[in-house]
Amino acid sequence: MTVEAYTVDGDLMTLNMGPHHPSTHGVLRLVLEVDGEVVVSCRPDLGYLHRSIEKIGEFLEYPQFVPYTDRVDYVCAMNSNHAYCLAVEQLLGSVAGSEVKIPERAEWLRILFAELNRISSHLVAVGAFAMDMGAFTPFLHGIGLRELVNDIFEKTCGARLTYNYITIGGVAADLHAGAEAEILAFCDTCEREMVRFNRLITANSIFKGRLAGVAAVSAADAVSYGLVGPNLRASGVDFDLRRDEPYGFYSRVQFEVPVGGAFAGARGRVGDSYDRFVLRCIEILESVRIVRQCLEQMPKSAAKADDPVGGWQVDANKQLRKPPRGEVYCRVENPRGETGYHVVSDGSRKPYRIKIRTGSFTAMSIFEKLVPGLMISDVVAVIGSFDIVVPEIDR
Amino acid sequence: MSRQPLDAAQIHALVVERFPAVTLERSENAQPWLKAPADGFLDLARFLKDDPRLAYDSLMCLSGVDLATFNLPPAKPVPPPKPGAAPVPPKPAEPIKPVEPSLACVYLLHSLVHRHRLMVKVLVDRNAGVVPSVESVWGVAGYFEREIFDLLGVGFAGHHDLRRIMTPEDWTGHPLRKDYVYPTRYNGVELRRAGQRFEDGPYAGNAP
Repeated sequence: MTVEAYTVDGDLMTLNMGPHHPSTHGVLRLVLEVDGEVVVSCRPDLGYLHRSIEKIGEFLEYPQFVPYTDRVDYVCAMNSNHAYCLAVEQLLGSVAGSEVKIPERAEWLRILFAELNRISSHLVAVGAFAMDMGAFTPFLHGIGLRELVNDIFEKTCGARLTYNYITIGGVAADLHAGAEAEILAFCDTCEREMVRFNRLITANSIFKGRLAGVAAVSAADAVSYGLVGPNLRASGVDFDLRRDEPYGFYSRVQFEVPVGGAFAGARGRVGDSYDRFVLRCIEILESVRIVRQCLEQMPKSAAKADDPVGGWQVDANKQLRKPPRGEVYCRVENPRGETGYHVVSDGSRKPYRIKIRTGSFTAMSIFEKLVPGLMISDVVAVIGSFDIVVPEIDR
Repeated sequence: MSRQPLDAAQIHALVVERFPAVTLERSENAQPWLKAPADGFLDLARFLKDDPRLAYDSLMCLSGVDLATFNLPPAKPVPPPKPGAAPVPPKPAEPIKPVEPSLACVYLLHSLVHRHRLMVKVLVDRNAGVVPSVESVWGVAGYFEREIFDLLGVGFAGHHDLRRIMTPEDWTGHPLRKDYVYPTRYNGVELRRAGQRFEDGPYAGNAP
C-alpha cells in the first residue's frame, strides 16, 4: 500500500519533534499527530529563538543595526548585511540630494563575498541534509570546504561567522594581500571537490531512491506559500532576483539559473526533495563562476577608501544623520531565497520600523499543508531539503 | 502570457473601477501605494490575484507598522549619568495619544507573470482593529498575519489558527507597538529592562 492511499484508522498519537531534535537544525518544534508512522497533522511551534531584532532596530542608528543583520541568518551573514545595506542605500537614494555613490570596487567586493558566502551556505545545506538522511561523510566534505571560505573571510574582515563586513556606503575593508590568489585557488578546489561530492552522494542511487518523489511541491503551491530561492526554483518556477531584478553589479556577470526537473529519474517529480538538493549543488558551481568573473572585472585597489573606482567605502554618515522620510522595500537573493527589508523612516537617525522578510519563515507556512500524509522519517527530509535556519525564522 | 508591467497610476485605475474606495497615495519619498479600507479587503485581494491584467500571484511581504509616533518629534536622548552622581530615577513616559487609525498592515505584492510590484496598505484602529484574513488568497499570509497579530495586536477575521507565534502564549502586550510596556517579571523570572546595565541594581533603568 502506498502512503497516499493510507487512511486514518485507529488512535492518533501526538509526537513532539523538537525543540531539541538533531534534525531541526536549531530550536524548532513540530507537533505531529501520527497514526503509526504516518503523519496526520503538523503544527510548527516557532519563537524559541525570537530575539526581537526588529524591535532592537528601532533603538539603534542605521549603521549600528548592521551587526544585528548578521544574527538574522548567521549561515549567510554577508548576504544579510548586503540586503540591509542595499535597503538603506535605496532609502537614501529615493530622494535627490542624499544618494550614496558606492565605489566600483566595493560593488564588486560585495557580490564577490556574497557569492562566496552563498557557496559556504549551500555547502552546509547539502552536507547537513545528507547527514539528516544518514550519510555522514558528505557533511564532513561540505564543512571542510566551507572552512576554506571562512579562512578567506577571516583574513579580510576578522570574523568567521558574523562578519559585519558590508556596510552602508561600501565594504568595511579592502581585500587582504594575496586574497585574489587564495580565492582563485579556492574556486579550483571547490570545483574539483564538488565532482567528488556529487559522485559520493548526489549520484548515489540509495540517496536518490530515498528522496525521489518525497514531499513534492507544485509550482502553484510554491508561489502561493511564499517559497523563495532554490525551493521555488526546484518547483519549476524560473525566478531569480539576481537575474530578474538585478541589484549591485549582478547585471554585469553571466550565470545560469537552474530550475528543478525531476532529476531523480523515473520516480522523481518536479519539486521533490531531491530536486531541491540538486539545485543547491548546481548553484554552488554557478556561484564559483560568478566569483571568477568578479575577480576578472574588478578594478585595481586604490590607495584611498573613497576613490570612486578603486575605493571600497564612502562615508555615508552625513546622509544618515538626516535620512529622507518615507519607506522602501528592498529584496535580494539570499541562499535561502528572497530576503526583504521593509524600512520605514521618520526622518530621524534611527529607523522607525524595520521588517525583515526571510525565506525560512515563509517556508514554515507550507508545513501544515505539505507534511500530512508523509512518513515521520520524511519530515526530516522536508526540514533538511527546505534548508531551514531557525534564527532566520524567529529573528 | 506576455509581460506587461503597469505603473502605479494604471494599476489604481484598474482597481478603482471595481473598488471606488481605494485611493492612490504616495509616501514622502515618492513610493506609490494603494490605501484600501478593511471592509471588503478580501474581495480586493482576490481581484488583485485573479485579474489577468494584474495577476499578483505572490505576497512578498506583509509587515505591520505602528504609526502612533510617526509624526511626533523624536524623543531627546537621555544623557549618560555622570560618574559618581546618584542615579536619577527615570521620569514616567507620557502616554502616547495616537491619531486613529494608527496601525498599518502593509501588503507587498509581486506578480511573477507581469513582474510588477504593488504596495497596499490597510489602516486600522489600535483598539480592536480587524482586517479580513487573506490566507485563502495567498497561503503564506496565514503566518504573516499570525506574526502581526502577535507583535502588533491586529485581528484577522477568518484566520483558521490565529495564535501568538513569536512570543509565548501567556505573554501580555504586543512588543512592536510604540507604547509597549516592558514586563518586569515573566513567570516568576525577574527581567532587566532595555537600556539597563548590570551594575544598575535591581531594574531601576529607563525603558525607552
